[in-house]
Amino acid sequence: MSKSEPAPSLYAPREPIFPKRVSGPFRNLKWIIMAVTLGIYYALPWIRWDRGSNLPDQAVLLDLANRRFYFFWIEIWPHEFYFVAGLLIMAGLGLFLFTSALGRVWCGYACPQTVWTDLFILVERWIEGDRNARLRLHRQKKMDFRKFRLRVTKWIAWLLIGLATGGAWVFYFADAPTLLRDLVTLNAHPVAYTTMAILTATTFFFGGFAREQICIYACPWPRIQAAMMDEDTLVVGYREWRGEPRKHSEAARAGEPQGDCIDCMACVNVCPVGIDIRDGQQLECITCALCIDACDDIMAKIGKPRGLIDYMALSDETLERGGAEPRSVWKHILRPRTLVYTALWSLVGVGLLFALFIRQDIEMTVAPIRNPTFVTLSDGSIRNTYDVRLRNKNGDDRQFRLSVTGDPTLSIQLEGAPADTVPVPADTALLQRVYVVSPRESGPSNSGNTDIRFWVEDLSNGDRAYRDSTFNGKGN
Amino acid sequence: MSKKSQKFEGDPKTTGHSWDGIEEFDNPMPRWWLWTLYATIIWAVGYTIAYPAWPMINSATAGLLGWSSRAAVAEQIAAVEEGNASINAQLVEVALTSIPDNAELDTYAVSAGGAVFRTWCAQCHGSGAAGAKGYPNLLDDDWLWGGDIEAIYNTVAHGIRNEDDEDARYSEMPAFGRDEILEPEQVDQVVNYVMSLSGTPQDASMVAAGAEVYADNCVACHGEDGTGDREQGAPNLADAIWLYGGDYDSLTATVHGSRFGVMPAWTNRLTEAQIRAVSVYVHQLGGGE
Repeated sequence: MSKSEPAPSLYAPREPIFPKRVSGPFRNLKWIIMAVTLGIYYALPWIRWDRGSNLPDQAVLLDLANRRFYFFWIEIWPHEFYFVAGLLIMAGLGLFLFTSALGRVWCGYACPQTVWTDLFILVERWIEGDRNARLRLHRQKKMDFRKFRLRVTKWIAWLLIGLATGGAWVFYFADAPTLLRDLVTLNAHPVAYTTMAILTATTFFFGGFAREQICIYACPWPRIQAAMMDEDTLVVGYREWRGEPRKHSEAARAGEPQGDCIDCMACVNVCPVGIDIRDGQQLECITCALCIDACDDIMAKIGKPRGLIDYMALSDETLERGGAEPRSVWKHILRPRTLVYTALWSLVGVGLLFALFIRQDIEMTVAPIRNPTFVTLSDGSIRNTYDVRLRNKNGDDRQFRLSVTGDPTLSIQLEGAPADTVPVPADTALLQRVYVVSPRESGPSNSGNTDIRFWVEDLSNGDRAYRDSTFNGKGN
Repeated sequence: MSKKSQKFEGDPKTTGHSWDGIEEFDNPMPRWWLWTLYATIIWAVGYTIAYPAWPMINSATAGLLGWSSRAAVAEQIAAVEEGNASINAQLVEVALTSIPDNAELDTYAVSAGGAVFRTWCAQCHGSGAAGAKGYPNLLDDDWLWGGDIEAIYNTVAHGIRNEDDEDARYSEMPAFGRDEILEPEQVDQVVNYVMSLSGTPQDASMVAAGAEVYADNCVACHGEDGTGDREQGAPNLADAIWLYGGDYDSLTATVHGSRFGVMPAWTNRLTEAQIRAVSVYVHQLGGGE
């Protein structure tokens, strides 16, 4: 065994990262996005929306118990779940669009992991101070009263944010004011407490401790999105041809003309994932653009033009290295790839809007009962049975009249109802067994099957809807 | 930050593999990943101690928590039955005929009765209750022993022509041909007459002769007009429904050798609430009276 070189470890401990405070346009944009997204997330369940006495008055509510999804003036029933599927497709296509145009812009600005980590780092900075103070505190081995106080304060603040996060989540699934009262008085359902506890714990852990580890090791998105990027995608990069040889480098010491980079490490110190952007594009980079702000600040101080670190496309890099001017941002963004994504995205969106506008307040589905396909009655007539589901999406009770067309000899009967009319309560789907009878020796009785059409009419306003089905006869 | 120093020391470490000049970094796994792996191993071992897991020769270790899937199911069934206890008691208490008017009881009875039907009745009457040859169709409007809820209840509770229940309804049609009560040509004639009752055109002389045979032998049970008698379970011969088939051969076989359909009594096999529920279920299938 050779003693000289210890075997390299297969496992690496996490390197703690202490991002330094930075200010600039991208940092401001991130603050605004954080305020808007978190504001929407925490406030949305508290917005009220009047839907009449029978329906909940919460603007956004996922009512799992009653299987309804309320979004302001829209009410989605379970069989209309394709709206949610469509929105998810739009979200996916939107993500493709933004990734192909602006790289990992989702990761850097809008991903909950980024937003909450940003918030947690902000709290950390308020309590423990900026990068240097936090580094000192980290390196201080002894747990004295000050370190203990700062740590405990920080963790409590994080836990409170986590609690608010988990709390806001459960408010989307029940009437928020009622649930808040129940939560405080310990009367809420255990599921609410469990959900809150899990979300509090994950927020606390992911935002406080795991941070960039989630992006680097746990999240599949960084692995997928390389497929959507090309030489025109704008990503955060370092103008190496302008910055190098940097100050302190061997080449600079040897007397070569020094580049713009003064090796101040500002870009490294502000990085939330702990990388050096001057090493080039790398997997860890979430393109949060904070290094751009940091470097621009330094460039302004030493009197050099901004943009040593900047958003740039690979095609520009080739141009710039050859001494040419980079192309305009819009030429990068507007290209066939992004236009196709935009077109697909709009297509799905228009389809959803169309589906939304042609929705009716009454609906019917008809399921013929095939076991048996028909029943012979004692007078020789033939009867078919159908399970008809009647949906009244209105906020009040309605009378629905059912009828059948397709052959004049056919008549309709409702199980448990004396006539052809059935009351359907507000916001309810009613399952009604319906019999269609054809007299002995009539056309439908003697044929194999006859196409028929069920009609439902809302007696209060004359709205009608229909469904096609089949009447089975004895055959020839 | 350690990353930076590594990179400045020299080339990053690679696995040494090279495909078309593309090399692969040999970056170490994060330490927390290793701890997570250890934690899951410890969890798995603890789990197999707490829950039934290790296979032995005849069984498996029971686990410290004493959990078993069988006991869990039994618990769930007991919980459901306990939950249904009050509505079952109510179902037994009220008058049978009032159940369809009570929305809550009716909904419960139809769904509980449907479950009973699919478990105990579907073997003969079919899962869709359409019956089969010799097993009545429960969807139509023709009833041998009556089609109101009380009659259906009686039939389910005590059965038909069985020897287990004293209250089982009983009747027996004579085997007119086999026991030589009628001559073969008389059987032929009466079959022609019976077919004419439900509107099938037949030879007039045969029908006239058959009418006489019918008047002498069949009227007592099936009635003068052939509409049957529910007191005796005698089928209506004038309608379009035939339990054993309405064609010439089937009817000849029936008159010749008789039929003897048996249904078991369910009083001692099902609870009172189950019998009432299945009666309500059958009643609302489309033919209830």
